[in-house]
Amino acid sequence: MFRRAQLRLTPFNGPIFWARAVQIALLCMVTVAMLGAGQSRFNRLGHELMCSCGCSQVLLECNHVGCPDSSRMIGELHAQIDSGANDTAVLNWFVAKYGPTILTAPIRGGFDNVAWIIPAAIFLLATFGTFATVWLWKRRALQLAGISSLGEGSDFPAPTGSKPDASNPQDAALRERIRRETEY
Amino acid sequence: MNLHPMPEFGSYSLMLALMLTACNFLGGAFALWGATPAGVRITGIPEARWNRLGEVARRAGIASFVALCCAAFALVWAAFTNDFSVEYIRSHSNITLNPAYKFAALWSGQEGSLLLWAWLLGAYGFVVRMRYRIDVRLSAFASVILAAIQLFFVLLLVVAAPPFSIAPGPVAADGAGLNVLLQYPEMVIHPPMLYLGYVGFAVPFAFALGALMMRYPGEKWIHITRRWTMVTWLFLTCGIFLGAHWAYSVLGWGGYWGWDPVENASLMPWLTGTAFLHSVMMQEKRGMMKNWNVWLIFTTFLLTILGTLLTRSGIISSVHAFAESPIGAWFYAFIIIAFLVCLITFLMRRDHLKSENKLESLVSRESSFLFNNMILLAACATVITGTFFPLLSEWWTGSKVTMGAAYYNRVNIPIGLTLLFLTGIGPLLAWRATSLRSIRRNFILPSIAMVVTSVVLMIAGIRPWNDGDDMESTFFSLIAFALSAGVITAIIEEFTRGARVVRTQTGKNLLSSMVLLVRRNTRRYGGYIIHFGVVVMFIGIAGGAFNRAVEQEMSYGDSLLIGPYRLVCMSITQDSTPNYDTNYALLNVYRGGKKITQLSPEKRVYFAGTDHEQASTIVALHSTAESDLYTVFEGTNPDNGQPILKVFLNPLIAWIWIGIIIVVLGTFIALVPNLVRTPARVRQEDLVDASPAAALGASSILAKAPHV
Repeated sequence: MFRRAQLRLTPFNGPIFWARAVQIALLCMVTVAMLGAGQSRFNRLGHELMCSCGCSQVLLECNHVGCPDSSRMIGELHAQIDSGANDTAVLNWFVAKYGPTILTAPIRGGFDNVAWIIPAAIFLLATFGTFATVWLWKRRALQLAGISSLGEGSDFPAPTGSKPDASNPQDAALRERIRRETEY
Repeated sequence: MNLHPMPEFGSYSLMLALMLTACNFLGGAFALWGATPAGVRITGIPEARWNRLGEVARRAGIASFVALCCAAFALVWAAFTNDFSVEYIRSHSNITLNPAYKFAALWSGQEGSLLLWAWLLGAYGFVVRMRYRIDVRLSAFASVILAAIQLFFVLLLVVAAPPFSIAPGPVAADGAGLNVLLQYPEMVIHPPMLYLGYVGFAVPFAFALGALMMRYPGEKWIHITRRWTMVTWLFLTCGIFLGAHWAYSVLGWGGYWGWDPVENASLMPWLTGTAFLHSVMMQEKRGMMKNWNVWLIFTTFLLTILGTLLTRSGIISSVHAFAESPIGAWFYAFIIIAFLVCLITFLMRRDHLKSENKLESLVSRESSFLFNNMILLAACATVITGTFFPLLSEWWTGSKVTMGAAYYNRVNIPIGLTLLFLTGIGPLLAWRATSLRSIRRNFILPSIAMVVTSVVLMIAGIRPWNDGDDMESTFFSLIAFALSAGVITAIIEEFTRGARVVRTQTGKNLLSSMVLLVRRNTRRYGGYIIHFGVVVMFIGIAGGAFNRAVEQEMSYGDSLLIGPYRLVCMSITQDSTPNYDTNYALLNVYRGGKKITQLSPEKRVYFAGTDHEQASTIVALHSTAESDLYTVFEGTNPDNGQPILKVFLNPLIAWIWIGIIIVVLGTFIALVPNLVRTPARVRQEDLVDASPAAALGASSILAKAPHV
């Protein structure tokens, strides 16, 4: 009861709300990270390697009969895992033997990181860039509206949240009708 | 000297098309310049004479289409008459080839598909030039720009990739035949559909560039090209999904999308084209985002050319290797020139693109469109990065890398889920700003639907924490299902809320009211239906997390278990036709002890016994809304001669194809004119809150009121 009451009293945009939101987000991230702890290494690593026969298939999905390479590579993968090598060491062993194209995705570090950074950077830039742009435009529009309200003949629209002229009885009647017809 | 009347007819037709296109381009460009006051002053030639030159150019453009028709006809004729003196026909057809595939030979190789590109562009240009009265000057600009693009392709056909070149030496008795992977019914319509989409974006591009060049006032060019853009988008969408369905049905690996560079090439303009279709509404309704829209359509067009380059040049290794050739330099030059023309025009005319309004709130329809655009562009940038990264890596580090599905799935799934989320919330927000009350009212049901769906699915067994191997994909699938439920609820809510108002107004029942609601604002409600189709597709895609596969040697009487199905091998048969030899299995499929169907997966060997033997898999499918039972005859074990079958159980795949049908239906509805026309530019007073009022003609009521 106490918790519920406290939550209700927390302002939507207050610092406590944001602190809690960050806590929950972190908790979710940790939970999701922990959920992956039990993954089967063989299956996961097998899906991070290509078959070297030229079929352009993932190692564990190479589907052509008589493939000269997949059985041998699967054996090598089992041997590497059984030897106690960690994931990076296993993948490095395959890269050393077959070249970097054996990996289904560039995960060797160095320049390969660029392939992962670019999409993440674009995604974040797109999201926060849009926030920033809208915020800037909104602020500028409000400033200009404030300036023009000192003079006359502003071309800018009324600030957000402003209401239409309620003093005009025709407007009010039409709006009341729309409200009635569109409310639940 | 041997005579080749039809190939020569085709070659001359192409040369005639080149001259007529050049006449259209140069004559049209001079006429447009000469008819300006500066042109009349400098040349001293009256405007009427320049206009006559413009008319000559227009007619030359129409005639160029006729010439291109003759060239295309000559190539198809050569295919049907087995004219193996033509190198292209010798390489892509043979005597026993099915007539439908002989027709498809037109686009099965590089020269033919470039001819198809030019012909389709000519056809689009023909329509623009015939409908020039819609706006004479703007159509003239668009016609000249289209002629410039056509000039490039016809020049390419005449100089670098002639489809009618004669094979050296004696005429071959038979051709090499069509690539066996292309001998499938969908391959007869997938490439033309894709090309209709690719080429079609040239029209809105031409109108946008033309409108910018001539400082065209207002947004009429958007109204003129709206249907073009939607139809083009529809063609591209259908082309992409027909290709996906073909890959699923023919390639036999159990999937439909492999993130191959050529597949990516079709996805990139689709993403930017989709962004354009959304953001152009902001320009129509609020006079915003003009710079953005112009660049979106420029980018979309340039990406269609880049797509053609990727398909044709073979600069990046792809399974579409049947289309490789060394004409990349032509395309690089064209892309650079086209980009420079766009850039210079934009820089010279950017004062014309000043926005009439600004975004005023983060929680508004405009913001949601902007976010939607940004996310679509982020997806496009991701695909571009993945497609070209192997080249970049090779250039920077000296070693190539593989960019497989593992990469694309990891980076695109979060982006796709964000898009799905925006698909749901965007239409619920009002123009300008949305009140907190409106948010509460519109979002409560979708939120409940999301939570309930998540809980129900977890109870039903979709628990990421239990799926050690596939935790990540199960987790994302759960999110996708929950979001889909929310979006579908939001869409249904929008329809029913509007329908209830119509019912109050008209006294009709809810279903009739819903039909009337859609007819009154086809664009809005057609858009919702498209969104619904997209959500259904997402559900189908999310089902991929639960795919299963079993591989087994099978002989008579052996059975295989997968999911709820039991497959029993009834026979393994060999057969021979004039075109191929085949091995196929007959499998009885049982579910719950009851036989439900019989499947016969095949392995065909075309041109058996020749030096160009080609094997092909014919998949046998039992498709239901719940899952696809997908059987592949993989071949025979070389050690014991036993046939090997691979069986996949792919849940919800059918939803993808159902989704695309809904998208097509929604697009058709959006193309139908409204029963009651609503004004293009929404008045500021109409924009205060999102409600079906606009759909009901309330804006018209307001528009009629004085001083509103």
